[in-house]
Amino acid sequence: MKKLILLVACAFSSYASYAGGYRVSAQGQRSLAMGHTGVAVINSAELAFFNPSGLVYLENKLNISAGVTGVISNTRYQNLDTRQSADTKNNLSTPFNLYATYQINDWLTAGVAIYTPYGSRVEYENDWAGSDLVNTIDLKSIYFNPVVGIKLHENFSIGGGPIYVTGSVEFDRNLQREQVSTENRPGISIDASNVSAWGWVASATFKPSDAVTLGASYRSKIDIDAEDGDVNFRNADFLTATKFDATLPLPAELTFGFSVKATSKLLLAAEFNRAYWAAYKSLDLRFNGSPGASRNARDYKNATIWRLGAEYNLNEKIDLRAGYYFDESPVQSGRFAPETPRNDSHGFTTGLSYNITEKLAIDGSFAFLYFDEIDESYSNPFAPNTPAFEGTYKSNAFLFGLGVTYKL
Amino acid sequence: MKLILKKYLPFAILGLAFTSCEPEFDTSIEDNPITSSKGTADFSKYVAVGNSLTAGFADGALYIDGQQNSLSALLANQMKAAGGGEFTIPLMNDNIGGFADIPNFGPRRVFDVASGLPVLLEGTPTTNALDVQTGPFNNMGVPGAKSFHLFAPGYGNPANLSSGTANPYFVRMASRPDATLLEDALSQEPTFFSYWLGNNDILGFATSGGDSSEEITAVELFTQTVQGGLAQLSADGTRPGIVANIPDIKTVPFFTTVPNNALVLDAEQAANLTGFFRAYAGIVTQGVVLTATMGNPSLATPALLQQANAIGSQYAFTFNPGPNRFIIKVEETLTNPRGIRQMTAEELLVLTINQNALRTEGYGSVAITPDVLGVLGKLQAGGTPTQEEAQSVLNAVNPIADNDALDTGELLAITEATNTFNAIITQTAEAFNLAVVDVKSVLEELQSGIDLGNGNIVSSALGLNSAFSLDGVHLNPRGNAELANRFIKAINETYGSTLKTLDAGNFQTVKAQ
Repeated sequence: MKKLILLVACAFSSYASYAGGYRVSAQGQRSLAMGHTGVAVINSAELAFFNPSGLVYLENKLNISAGVTGVISNTRYQNLDTRQSADTKNNLSTPFNLYATYQINDWLTAGVAIYTPYGSRVEYENDWAGSDLVNTIDLKSIYFNPVVGIKLHENFSIGGGPIYVTGSVEFDRNLQREQVSTENRPGISIDASNVSAWGWVASATFKPSDAVTLGASYRSKIDIDAEDGDVNFRNADFLTATKFDATLPLPAELTFGFSVKATSKLLLAAEFNRAYWAAYKSLDLRFNGSPGASRNARDYKNATIWRLGAEYNLNEKIDLRAGYYFDESPVQSGRFAPETPRNDSHGFTTGLSYNITEKLAIDGSFAFLYFDEIDESYSNPFAPNTPAFEGTYKSNAFLFGLGVTYKL
Repeated sequence: MKLILKKYLPFAILGLAFTSCEPEFDTSIEDNPITSSKGTADFSKYVAVGNSLTAGFADGALYIDGQQNSLSALLANQMKAAGGGEFTIPLMNDNIGGFADIPNFGPRRVFDVASGLPVLLEGTPTTNALDVQTGPFNNMGVPGAKSFHLFAPGYGNPANLSSGTANPYFVRMASRPDATLLEDALSQEPTFFSYWLGNNDILGFATSGGDSSEEITAVELFTQTVQGGLAQLSADGTRPGIVANIPDIKTVPFFTTVPNNALVLDAEQAANLTGFFRAYAGIVTQGVVLTATMGNPSLATPALLQQANAIGSQYAFTFNPGPNRFIIKVEETLTNPRGIRQMTAEELLVLTINQNALRTEGYGSVAITPDVLGVLGKLQAGGTPTQEEAQSVLNAVNPIADNDALDTGELLAITEATNTFNAIITQTAEAFNLAVVDVKSVLEELQSGIDLGNGNIVSSALGLNSAFSLDGVHLNPRGNAELANRFIKAINETYGSTLKTLDAGNFQTVKAQ
């Protein structure tokens, strides 16, 4: 099992940001198919991520859910005035999840969750119009999260656990904006890997009746402190730094939701996420321990996501799912950096489970994210003499998920 | 691993299937070609005639990035939306600059963090002037060209390089060895041209090296070449084009960056230096008397003493705590036998002056050695120095050389020539119905700074927000973009075209490498 986890972690080691900021909502195939609702859906081991306290209400002793999602995210940029345009490339990324839970006794369930909620991979053609802001960024993080759920009462449980995060970041940009195509432009690339940090999750479930579930969950902010990362300057002889320090926040997230069993076959769920992106004020790179920093303003704002989902039990073999969510971008107008080039999105999701046996099911999901075309700009108050980078952006994303659910 | 592959493969296939589902813009660039109208002009073949400023010379050399960010290349780019055609450039071989096969054409300058000064790029030029490029070239800017070189036969003939009547930049691009610049411009049958010559007629080819020893072009010759050149280029006023005038050198950072009073002293240094020149004045006075009396000072008449005193006392410069003006070398005359004096407030120093020497070696003042100090001590104690000792005091003065400074006389001549030449340029251009850009005013504006929007100021002061490249004479990309905007405005006003201006702030100032 351990080997498999490692293999999965290595093979699927890049994830795309197709939602607000660099949050990737693909932490369970069944949930994703239902608009990524899950905090109040007592269904599978996916609860280990969405709401560990709900694990105590699972019917089986052992529950395992594993899955991987292929994400294809596309962004186009153009500026009708300057006649510049660009497309992101190498857009496939693969967030994954693995959950296993075990009911120790009738009031305690323990489990482990491995998932990748934050990540971003955006790659533009080198030396494109906004290359002084970003050529490529590749941010990865894996959460290792042991959890317990404790039933305090027939109708009420709490849960939670510590989170260990390991992450890495690679970032490359040019040092100067240039309008005329020239070769060997000066640039900087930074690379920090095996950065680790700790956080926690706490959650609660209230089940007033068999048909109704209410859930709440809070995942703490985790600061990824990259220390002594590698810096490489190219075509810039007089810049000699080789090491950098930087902090990237993985923001806290608060979720409320409920589900209702409308009929014996139909489950409806609704959910509200609040992501505390205001923690991301600026990306500051400090070189070779010097107190001065290269400061890149972000000024993210807290953002809300509204989710709706439904599950219909077609027959013994097949469960159908569908959902919708509205994902508010944390990026503020005027700080629309092409490294996270996405505005508010509408997510349309669907999927199904096929029960091979009573114990084993295959879960599939599909999602399409629609973004309105947007005219935006990025200006960095720490670089007042560089004009705003302006243009029109249009993005979309497709997600295909495949997973297995095992119950014993 | 097999498991992984099995899992991964379907995604890869699906991925391929969906990469074609890229988002589409409501109005894409392809569907919406920009339209600038050309007015009464025709930009389909634009030929730029000029010197280094047209060629894209920057940082003390001609190199690829500079050429691609040249004023004329930027202009040509904006013309494309109004029917402009290709703009060919005789690109150098590298981003180092200079020539491999011609002496004294070294690499460009880069900013040196340690000293805070521009230094020569470490690198060996790879461009050969004798490797003649196949043209024709729309950018006919030839670094170093003066107005009359437009007509100069053999200006592109390698055989004339040794005698200095050929220009290696033109040698490299001329259609044949004896072609003239004008001929190579006209044979392209331009539909639009720019003409910006005359700067070098005042400053001389070698100005970028700091030597202003060349003569200013005679007014008659200048008039003739401007009138003759513009008559042919404009086809007697029937072909549209734009002409630029000559900036005032007092607005060019090459001459304004190093202040003439950068001799900053504390109270003790000021007193010492004043004391030194008192002694110096005394020695000179003494010397005059000794010379006039053939070594018998007792024979000196009161008139001689008075005269000797007058000569000597001109060297008794007084220095004050704070900034003081430097000492420069001038012609040695009967009334100024040492040929030195303090600079006047208006006189200018060139950027290429050895600033380290100014700071640490007493360049522009005195290089006081322990020996000299000894002699000064002897004088103070009432002693009489030997002739050798006196000479050591005289030799300790280290005045600024002529080619490092523009003195009052040179400045007067330059100002007069600038005004005269500009009048000729403007009158001739207007006579041939051409657009005129007042570059002189633009550079005057740059003195106090031009706001590019949102408080982003570009100015002539060298540095990160400068319009000038590291050589202090030639514009950097941002300066070129701002100047291109002035050209565009003048073209639009004259010909009713609607060429779009550039966002100059998007262009770089100091090259990082």
